[in-house]
Amino acid sequence: MNLYKYASPANFYPLAGKIIPWFAIPAAVLFAVGLYVGFFVAPTDAQQGDVYRIMFIHVPAAWMGMFLYVLMAIYAGVGWAFNARLSSMMATSISVTGASFTFLSLITGAFWGKPTWGTWWVWDARMTSTLILLFLYVGFISLQASIDDPRRADRAGAVLALVGVINVPIIYYSVQWWNTLHQGATIRILNKPTIAPKMLAALLIMLAACWLYSVAVVLVRLRYIILEREQNAARFAEVIA
Amino acid sequence: MDWSQGGYGFYVWGAYLFALLAIGGEVLALTRRRKQILEQRKSAGEITKGRSNETTS
Repeated sequence: MNLYKYASPANFYPLAGKIIPWFAIPAAVLFAVGLYVGFFVAPTDAQQGDVYRIMFIHVPAAWMGMFLYVLMAIYAGVGWAFNARLSSMMATSISVTGASFTFLSLITGAFWGKPTWGTWWVWDARMTSTLILLFLYVGFISLQASIDDPRRADRAGAVLALVGVINVPIIYYSVQWWNTLHQGATIRILNKPTIAPKMLAALLIMLAACWLYSVAVVLVRLRYIILEREQNAARFAEVIA
Repeated sequence: MDWSQGGYGFYVWGAYLFALLAIGGEVLALTRRRKQILEQRKSAGEITKGRSNETTS
């Protein structure tokens, strides 16, 4: 099977249509299971009480915001370097979902911060760098929207995305590099997690749900971008109808 | 489940309400975009049809 043929928007369009339900349906199921485990199974935290349950949406949203930015920068960079239209379209599609998750992480963080820290917002390193991430997403989306020629818009967006990727390790290590009000990482790849297994289960299920949801909505949006951008899109009209 | 979330209900449900708005809003926006594209395709098809009629008459 020649996988390179799917680098063409015309060939990828029907494939994406077939893939979407395989991500959308499990995402909906996992959101339901994750919320059930998070609210009915996971115990109340000894220190924070029930307010810690915000973590089940806050942490996956924050992780997805960072992960999607790196992914967007990779796609934008590949699209720029190899003049690959589909790759640039993918970056455009990812940017909206990434911005949505970053905005959600900031909002849910504020809702968690008020009862635990006594304030909705502080200009500490983690929160400020996450706000910069949101500005980078908004900048990428605005820049692309402001340029009429899609190929020029892709190139300009790619430069911004690649320069901005430096902010992701800054967000991740901010709690180690600086003395922040935000707590340190509870889950690390190499170390044993420091939270109760039931809490961890809910967190990981919600993370999987957010990941599956992201794939589904990014692919749906990508199909619309393909339809809007491709000049010979008439041949797709029957497929979408 | 304690619906008051130990007195933190406003914060917990507030956070999840925003999550619902963010996710639901994105899905809704995509549905509206699909509708727009379909309408554009439809009107573009009618224009093309009209033009072809003009040339043949």
